[in-house]
Amino acid sequence: MNSRTVEIMVGLFVVAALAAALALALKVSNLTGLEGGSGYKVYAYFNDIGGLKVGAPVTAAGVTVGRVIAIDYDPKNYEAKVTLLIRSKYNDFPVDTSASIYTAGLLGEQYIALSPGASMQNLKNGDQIRYTQSALVLEQIIGKFLTNFASKP
Amino acid sequence: MSLLDGLQSLGHGTLSMLARMGRAGLFLGRLMPSLDMSLRRPGLVVRELYASGVLSFVIVAVSGLFVGMVLGLQGYITLSKFNAVNSLGVVVALSLVRELGPVLTALLFAGRAGSALTAEIGLMKSTEQLSAMEMMAVDPFRRIIGPRFLAAFIAVPLLTLIFDAVGVFGGYLVGVAMLGVDNGLFWSAMHGAVSFRADVLSGLLKSVVFGFVGAWIAVFNGYDAVPNASGVSRATTRTVVNASLAVLGLDFLLTAWLFS
Amino acid sequence: MNSSDNSSSQIDADQDPPLVQIEGLTFRRGQKVIFDGLDIDIPRGKVTAIMGPSGTGKTTLLKLIGAQLRPQAGRIRVDGVDIHRLGGRALYRMRRRMGMLFQSSALLTDLDVFENVAFPLRENTRLPGGVLRTLILMKLQAVGLRGARRLTSSELSGGMARRVALARAIALDPMMIMYDEPFTGLDPITLGAIVALIKRLNDGMGLTTVIVSHDVPETLGIADLVYVISQGKVVARGSPETLQQTDSPWVRQFMRGEADGPVPFHYPAPPYLEDLMGDAP
Repeated sequence: MNSRTVEIMVGLFVVAALAAALALALKVSNLTGLEGGSGYKVYAYFNDIGGLKVGAPVTAAGVTVGRVIAIDYDPKNYEAKVTLLIRSKYNDFPVDTSASIYTAGLLGEQYIALSPGASMQNLKNGDQIRYTQSALVLEQIIGKFLTNFASKP
Repeated sequence: MSLLDGLQSLGHGTLSMLARMGRAGLFLGRLMPSLDMSLRRPGLVVRELYASGVLSFVIVAVSGLFVGMVLGLQGYITLSKFNAVNSLGVVVALSLVRELGPVLTALLFAGRAGSALTAEIGLMKSTEQLSAMEMMAVDPFRRIIGPRFLAAFIAVPLLTLIFDAVGVFGGYLVGVAMLGVDNGLFWSAMHGAVSFRADVLSGLLKSVVFGFVGAWIAVFNGYDAVPNASGVSRATTRTVVNASLAVLGLDFLLTAWLFS
Repeated sequence: MNSSDNSSSQIDADQDPPLVQIEGLTFRRGQKVIFDGLDIDIPRGKVTAIMGPSGTGKTTLLKLIGAQLRPQAGRIRVDGVDIHRLGGRALYRMRRRMGMLFQSSALLTDLDVFENVAFPLRENTRLPGGVLRTLILMKLQAVGLRGARRLTSSELSGGMARRVALARAIALDPMMIMYDEPFTGLDPITLGAIVALIKRLNDGMGLTTVIVSHDVPETLGIADLVYVISQGKVVARGSPETLQQTDSPWVRQFMRGEADGPVPFHYPAPPYLEDLMGDAP
C-alpha cells in the first residue's frame, strides 16, 4: 500500500469522525446550554423543592425560557433558595410573576413554571420572585388525603 | 508447607506485578519526551493511524450499529410498558454517549489494534530490529514507539465518536423505521435531553483517558515482552486483559467523577 | 611462544592508539559473571576476530562496545572516548560511526531492501532524493544486490538478508563495523561471498573490522588479529598462524574442534551411575 493511499484513508477516517462529532453535536444533543452572561438571574424561595435539580428547565406557558442554576438552603427562614437564569430575550416578566414547581409526567423530572402577573414593572437581574408554590410531594398528598378521610364522621 | 508455598507464590506474583508497574512508569517517563519526533514528523503518526484507526473502523462501526439496534429494541420493550416510547431516543443516545460508546470502543480497540501493536513491537524486539535501530543511531522510542502510541491515543476518541453516531443511527433504524416510534419525537426528545457538554463531551473525555491508558499498555507490553515466541504471545494476551480491566475500572472512577 | 609475542607486538606497533580499547571490563547478568576483567585492543584498519565457544558472551561484548549495555566495571574507549560516559546525542553521533551486522540480520520487516538500506540515511541525514538513491545503489552494488532492491525482507534468503544488512551497516560510511556471527547458517557459496565481502570492505574502505565468531576456518582466513575468550577472560591472543601452533591444550581443542578435552563434553553433573540410581529430580 503506497503512502498516498494510506494518507487518503486516514483523511477519510478523520472526516468520518468529525462528521460523527458534528452529528452528535447538532442532531443528538443540545449545545444551547445557558451560560453566564446570556441571561439574567432571579431567585425564589420555596418551602419544599421536592426533587428539583440544578439544570431543570424554567418554562412560561410551556416554553423553556431559562434554567435552574443553583439551589441552596437558607438557614434564616428555613427555605430553599433557587436561583434561575432566564434568557435575556425574555426580559419582560412582571415583578408579581409567580413560580411553581411541577412534575413533567407522573414520574418525570421536575421543572419550574412561571406564570406572569399584571404589574407594569418587570423583573430585573437580582430580583426575587415573591409568589411561589412548592412541589407537590406524593407522600404529603396521600397523608392529607388519609387525614381527611379519617376525620370524617 | 503448602500454605507457605501459597504465600510465597502470592508474594512472588505481587512483587513481579509491582516491578512491572514500576517498569511501565519508567517506560512512560521515557516515552513522553520522545514524542517530539512524532510532532515534527506527523507522517509517521499518519501511517500508524492507518494501522490502528482505519483498520479498526469496520469492526467499530458494525459493533456500534448492532449495539444501537439492540438498545433500540430493548429500550422499546421496556419503555412501552410505561407508555414512554417517545423517550426511546433519549435512552439510546444517553446509554451510548455516556457509557457504551467509550467503553465498548476501548475494549474493541484493545482486542483489535492494541494486541496487534503489542505483537508488532514485541516481534521487532525479538528479531533485534529495535536493537539494530539503536546501533543505527535511531532511537526506537522516537521512531517506532512514540508514533504508535500517539496514533492509538488519537484513534480511540475518533473511533468512539463514530461508534456513538452509528449507534444512534442503529437505534433510530429499529425504533423509528421498524417499531414505528414517531420520527420527530424520537429526535426532539433526544435533542432536548442530551447535553453536548455534560454528556457527549464527558463521554469523549472518558475515551481520551481510555485511549491514553490502552495505548500505553499496548506499547509497554510489546516493549517489555520476553523476546521469544511465547514471550510475545503472553505479552499480547496481557495487553488485552490489562487494557480491558483498566478500561472497566477507570470507567467506574470516571463515571463517579463526571456524572455525579 | 616467542613468535607469538613478536607478531602481536608487530600488530600493536602498526598503528596506535587502537580504535577500541577495552580495559578491565566486568559484566554480570544477575549472578552470572559474563566478563571478568577483560582487556582487548582493536587496532585501526585491521580485521580483529574475537572467538570463543557459544555462551561466552561474544554478542554481549558487541552490545557493550555499542553502549547498548553498561558494564559493572571497567571501560571501553572508542576512538579515545569512553563510550559509556556519552549520553543522548553524543552517543548517537558515535553510533553513526559504528556499523553493526546482527546475526539475525535484523532487517526492518515492513520495508523493502532499498528502504532498509535507506533507513539510516533517511533518519540521520537530509540528503536530497537523487543523492540518496545513488548512495544506496552504490551500497547495494557493493553487496551485489542492486537488482533485488524491490524485494521485501520476507522474500530474501538468509544469505541475501545478511548482505542487505551489511549494505545497511555501511550506509553511513562508518569507521568500524562489527559482525556478530557472520558465517553461521550460510551455504558454502554465500559463505564465500560474505568472507570475500568482509575482506573487501575492510581493505577497500579502510574500515576497522571486528568479527565475533566461533567458525574457526572462515575467521582465521581473514583475521589479522585473533582473541580467544573463555570464562570471561582472554585466554589467547595473536595472529591466526601463531594461534594454530599454540601449545595451550584449550586453544588447540577450540581451534581443531575436538569434542572433549579441557572443555568437557558434559555440563557439570553428579556421577552418572549415582544419578541413575538416585531419585533426585
